[in-house]
Amino acid sequence: MIEIKNLTKTYYGDTGPVAALKGINLTIATGEIYGIIGKSGAGKSTLIRCINMLEAPDGGQVIIDGKDMTALNAADLRSARKKIGMIFQHFNLLSSANVYDNIAFPLKLVGTDDTTVEKKVRPLLELVGLKDFAERYPAQLSGGQKQRVGIARALASDPNILLCDEATSALDPQTTKGVLELIGQINRQMHLTVVVITHEMQVIKDICDKVAVIDGGVIAESGSVVDVFTNPGQPITKEFISVLLSNDLPTAFRDGAVEQEYSPDSYLLLRLIFLGESADDPVIAGMIRAFPQIECTMLFGNLDQIRRIPFGRMIIGITGEQSALAAAMDYLKAHDLRMEVIGYVRRHGIVNR
Amino acid sequence: MSADMVSLIVKALGETVYMVTVSMAIATVFGIPLGVILHTTGKGEILENAAVAKIVGSTVNAIRSIPFIILMVAIIPLTRFIVGSAIGTTAAMVPLVIASVPFIGRQVETALKEVPYGLVEAALAMGATPLQIINRVLLPEAAPGIVSQLTTVVIALVGESAMAGAIGGGGLGDLAIRYGYQRFRPEVMIATVIILIILVQVVQFLGNTLAQKLNKRAGA
Repeated sequence: MIEIKNLTKTYYGDTGPVAALKGINLTIATGEIYGIIGKSGAGKSTLIRCINMLEAPDGGQVIIDGKDMTALNAADLRSARKKIGMIFQHFNLLSSANVYDNIAFPLKLVGTDDTTVEKKVRPLLELVGLKDFAERYPAQLSGGQKQRVGIARALASDPNILLCDEATSALDPQTTKGVLELIGQINRQMHLTVVVITHEMQVIKDICDKVAVIDGGVIAESGSVVDVFTNPGQPITKEFISVLLSNDLPTAFRDGAVEQEYSPDSYLLLRLIFLGESADDPVIAGMIRAFPQIECTMLFGNLDQIRRIPFGRMIIGITGEQSALAAAMDYLKAHDLRMEVIGYVRRHGIVNR
Repeated sequence: MSADMVSLIVKALGETVYMVTVSMAIATVFGIPLGVILHTTGKGEILENAAVAKIVGSTVNAIRSIPFIILMVAIIPLTRFIVGSAIGTTAAMVPLVIASVPFIGRQVETALKEVPYGLVEAALAMGATPLQIINRVLLPEAAPGIVSQLTTVVIALVGESAMAGAIGGGGLGDLAIRYGYQRFRPEVMIATVIILIILVQVVQFLGNTLAQKLNKRAGA
């Protein structure tokens, strides 16, 4: 478990002091993949570097499995770091060493003998899919392959924690997917705690269990990825999510008059969010059957997945007697979904634009 | 050119090669650690130490600002103390080494600066000690650069060793001055200059080849 308590860090540059972290509190449970998302300059890189003390915080504590990292002397810190693997945006591989020697690097640091090194490195090469690349130099590899070497190197010393500092930011989307899948696989197989720093919500959505949104040196919002995705509380979170899931109304309504008052000839627009099992339930069909006096039109629909949990979003318009609409809304509320009332639009508003 | 002249030239070439290689070897032994100190005590580096960086840096600058011919004469007492004489090929190596150590230090520092800090950071994250970072990250990664820089130092030494002829150091420079200039033998002058040109070309070629062999950054 990683406990970050009231962590602060200020840089003193030429342009005056810059507070990078202003009291960060986070608890990361063993075995989970914890994503920290923020824009550049939000303090996320500083935060992950404080976990293994590459940056010394000014105040607060980083407690890893009961050990306060901020209180360790140089030698104890070095041995603590050996149990924390780290991968980097720019891979940071030795250009003068081949793939095998790069992966063996942490083992050689502690004077491991060649036979043991070989026994350790070969399976790692296999794990990251670079069995035939042992003799290659980093300059001869693609970005995705370099990051795989980085991952193998980080795992060589059997760490309990893997820190990923923008590990996929220099990779194309297809390669990113492969590297993220590998990180997820390692997390499951080795029961490794993974901390992921990123500016891309896609990364969070693909592999993280929990997420913290960092903004201006503070945690704006945190929680399980599913909760944060389906019910973001802060504008900054909504902004990150909107890159993936647009929350805008379909273009036809965007500048149409959305009213809050009922009128008999208007549609009531509802945004529905289905999660998990409920995404499969025929709720809409049920509503139509239960309230034959209302009309229902589907305006937008999308089914996605967050960590293999189905996640459906839909905008429907219903029209009919006011009491029937209220009853239909009660019907929907009674089911396992999240509903948001957008407002009323004139019937013609839907078709004409 | 007489057989005597040829044998004089061969002897002088031998002296030059001897002075340059031995001075270079000794200077490198001191110069590389000096370069490591200059680099690693700098701001934001693994052994950051403003006082050491300042003292070592200014000393290096001070020695490097002395023209070689003056340094050579100025340290005659020291030379006499170390080799027992101020004259001769071996005596000439004392100023050559003293002039080259700070030069190598700066050149090595430049090469080490080229190593991306990310590599040092990665090694720190793996729990490496400063010494391990120097030996396993900085020096191997900077090796091609160091070789290129040292090639420049060797070539500078060839030139300085010619000046060392002025205090009876022998070598090609000495020969060119005594026979070519003072005894009006232009053919000796031309021969030594040609030999010096070839010597520098060979050194540069060897340096480039070795640097290229060490450089794994270029890809397949």
